[in-house]
Amino acid sequence: MKSGGGDLFELWVYLSTTPLLGLTVTLVAYLIGRRVYEHFNRTPIANPVLIAVILLVALLWISDVPYRRYFEGAQFVHFLLGPATVALAVPLYRHFAEIKRNALAIFVSIVAGSTTAIVSAVGTAWLFGASERTLLSLAPKSVTTPVAMGISESIGGFPALTAVLVILTGILGAMFGTWTMNALRLKDWRARGLGMGTAAHGIGTARAFQVNELAGAFSSLALGLNALATAILVPLIIRLLSS
Amino acid sequence: MLETLTLLLVCQLIGEAIVRYLALPVPGPVLGMVLLFAFLMARGNVSDDLAKTTGTLLDNLSLLFVPAGVGVILYADLIAAEWQAIVAALIVSTIATIGVTALLMKKLAKPLPRDGE
Repeated sequence: MKSGGGDLFELWVYLSTTPLLGLTVTLVAYLIGRRVYEHFNRTPIANPVLIAVILLVALLWISDVPYRRYFEGAQFVHFLLGPATVALAVPLYRHFAEIKRNALAIFVSIVAGSTTAIVSAVGTAWLFGASERTLLSLAPKSVTTPVAMGISESIGGFPALTAVLVILTGILGAMFGTWTMNALRLKDWRARGLGMGTAAHGIGTARAFQVNELAGAFSSLALGLNALATAILVPLIIRLLSS
Repeated sequence: MLETLTLLLVCQLIGEAIVRYLALPVPGPVLGMVLLFAFLMARGNVSDDLAKTTGTLLDNLSLLFVPAGVGVILYADLIAAEWQAIVAALIVSTIATIGVTALLMKKLAKPLPRDGE
């Protein structure tokens, strides 16, 4: 280990412990994902989050770097989720007149959507013979991560599993949402945005903003309201289903 | 940019503080969003700086989910053990939820005002 190879190894040991590496690979992986997404004319199947996650998981797996160490760098990106959530108030404000005009329609649609999300997820997994812990962890998967984890914990699920299910739901929503709504011949951007935000929280909302600003605003609204609806509905529905 | 970032962080911080203090079932940033919304209603407009900086942040919203997404690696075993049930539940539920919510909204929403209004 005294030749150039040894030096390179030491360099790797040094670099792999700095936050700089985790942060840089996150941005590079995402830029590759976005490049692919743009190359295929933003087709939802080439979801940039999905591509970046696959690249990074492969990288961590090959290089044997633990997730915790990767996250020391990636946390700077992760941290911005908070301010970005606050920033959703701007599109909401811009489209407030349209939201207020349809307040009742929005309320009814989100409560129905929230109920559908919970019952269909738990019901399908139950048909496939999933364990009780998985069923409970699945129930709140359509809402933003911190809320979903809190709900999961309160009903006896496994919050860490819920967090992963939330991200997978978001990616699936961004991938299949457009296709589902095209198949249903839905052209109203308000309805499309509301569907995305209710089913697929922030990742669906990110996709909605890439397609249309009005859809993005309605998706932001759905993300916030569905967090409330799900926090109230999950404990009620679980009690009904288990009796 | 700096003013906007500070404003966003102040809203988030107050949101987090209220949520923690009152033990509310919503995350701090979501309450922060409500606070910024109230601030904008009171002020009556969106400044250029606010529009530009929040626009940049929201244009790159997808990126912010990547670190959490890579966390899948920690629970791969748990998911692998019941992957058929999990994949089926997520796909069926996501499509059903989008369909029900969007169809109901289309049915109930008032028609959009004509363009240019």
